[in-house]
Amino acid sequence: MDPREYTVCPITEFPEGSRLLVRVGDEEVGIFNVGGQIVAYKNRCAHQGGPVCRGRILGRWVEDLNSAKEVIGGHHSSDMDLVCPWHGWEYDLLTGKNIADPSISLKAVDVVVRDGVIYVRAESATRTPEVVPAHE
Amino acid sequence: MTVEHLDARTAEALIVDMRPREDLLANARREAAMRGLHSFPIFDVDCHIIETMRLKEIVPYISNEAIRDRYETVPESAALNLPSAYGDKDVAGRIYRDEHVPGTRGVPRVEDLLNDMGTMGINHACIFPTPMLALGEHPEVEVEVALGQAYNRWLVDHYLTENPRLRAMLYLPFNDPKAALREVVELGDKPGVVGFLVTSVRRTPVYHNAFMPVYAALEERGLPIGFHGGVNWTKSSASNQLNRFLTVHALDFPLYNLIHLFNIIINGLPERFPRLKWLFYEAGLAWLAFAAMRLDHEYMMRPSEAPQLKRKPSEYLREMYFGTQPMEYPSKMEHLEMLFDIVNGPSQFLYASDYPHWDFDLPSKIYDLPFLNEAEKRQVLGKNAYTLFNLPYDEISASLSGTTATEVN
Repeated sequence: MDPREYTVCPITEFPEGSRLLVRVGDEEVGIFNVGGQIVAYKNRCAHQGGPVCRGRILGRWVEDLNSAKEVIGGHHSSDMDLVCPWHGWEYDLLTGKNIADPSISLKAVDVVVRDGVIYVRAESATRTPEVVPAHE
Repeated sequence: MTVEHLDARTAEALIVDMRPREDLLANARREAAMRGLHSFPIFDVDCHIIETMRLKEIVPYISNEAIRDRYETVPESAALNLPSAYGDKDVAGRIYRDEHVPGTRGVPRVEDLLNDMGTMGINHACIFPTPMLALGEHPEVEVEVALGQAYNRWLVDHYLTENPRLRAMLYLPFNDPKAALREVVELGDKPGVVGFLVTSVRRTPVYHNAFMPVYAALEERGLPIGFHGGVNWTKSSASNQLNRFLTVHALDFPLYNLIHLFNIIINGLPERFPRLKWLFYEAGLAWLAFAAMRLDHEYMMRPSEAPQLKRKPSEYLREMYFGTQPMEYPSKMEHLEMLFDIVNGPSQFLYASDYPHWDFDLPSKIYDLPFLNEAEKRQVLGKNAYTLFNLPYDEISASLSGTTATEVN
């Protein structure tokens, strides 16, 4: 079956830093606005299938060294990561690649913005994705 | 429609609020349903309760009056008298479950535990404590004995007697061999008791003559003895050089199991108690390749230091049992396959979840191993454990045939 396109929301309601979980048929899909770029992944961690798209998003932790290569501290970088809440597997939010082993990736879902509206492409029995609340 | 707005620069603003437990495990139900895991018996040999959440119930079971007095007024203070477990287990909040919601840490209610097991496709589980896994390090031996005995009796009354899906290996207060023997004699035939557990981090060596009556009593009753790994970050001169929970967790869980395993084999305990079954928990699998090869190598050069052995150390190892969690993910699957071959995994490995702890394994981790056939997967996931614990596998298996995920809970 060809994938079909499902309306998510107007881009104006989804500014940079937004996250939305939608259910398309049997599949939960996480949609993210990362610095203006819209990406979407299946809500299944590559490790044990955990609900990765519900996980924390935070700047990748970087250790700071001085010129003598001594550790002097650390900071969150501007590279955003998505972390599976089950076991901590951590992915680059923009590319979906695991930060510890880039040969492992989240399953990307096609997402397009057309005429100011976000659509996801997926196989499903219904036309309208059901919004899954990301928080209570 | 609710859109969560995230500040991409600060960690604090990015926490997704906790959802109810059934939602966080929804993916586990799905993983089990996709594989039909509800249609055959799965035994989880290592599942945990957070017993310190119920100290009000446990403290009255303390028979030593002086120690009961100590905790009676404020039972929660007993938790403060346990050796501490250090470490940022949730990696600065990255790993979370409902245990992080104040007031609901762990799985306090039996019905929640049974429900979670069903969600994951697990029929029976062997339960262990959590903070009391460190009790073996307690400097006051009488406190180890008093709390261990109270925990055992509370567990029998509150978990095992009423819940046939739960089993337990009870706590052995191993720093007092006579007290340990008393536990085996008094509780060995209680409902749901399938063996006894030594928490691995401790000072007492397993080969001491004082333990021979304990092993004899276990062997006579057909009850296995287990060793559960743990960390010893502050009191071990080796581990206290480590500066990350990652490294101390990676090293210490296998390390303390290795110490006991080496002592057991080289001191000939399997020759002295040939019908006693030995189990090791929560050290993954990779350490076993090291143990088998290293011990054989040393033994070939110094057999007179292990005069009771009639075979190579690895041959005794291949007759012991090992919980699989946390099973390693080598880059090449054939390396894991080799581990199964080294230790006779299809018959000696027992699926373990360690739920609800931070590094738990779902049954799918075993089921998806490409080098096991269907029968071997079912052995590791259940049949090996049911057989070891003298439970009717075929009968349980027949009762589940055709069961789907929605019928379980």
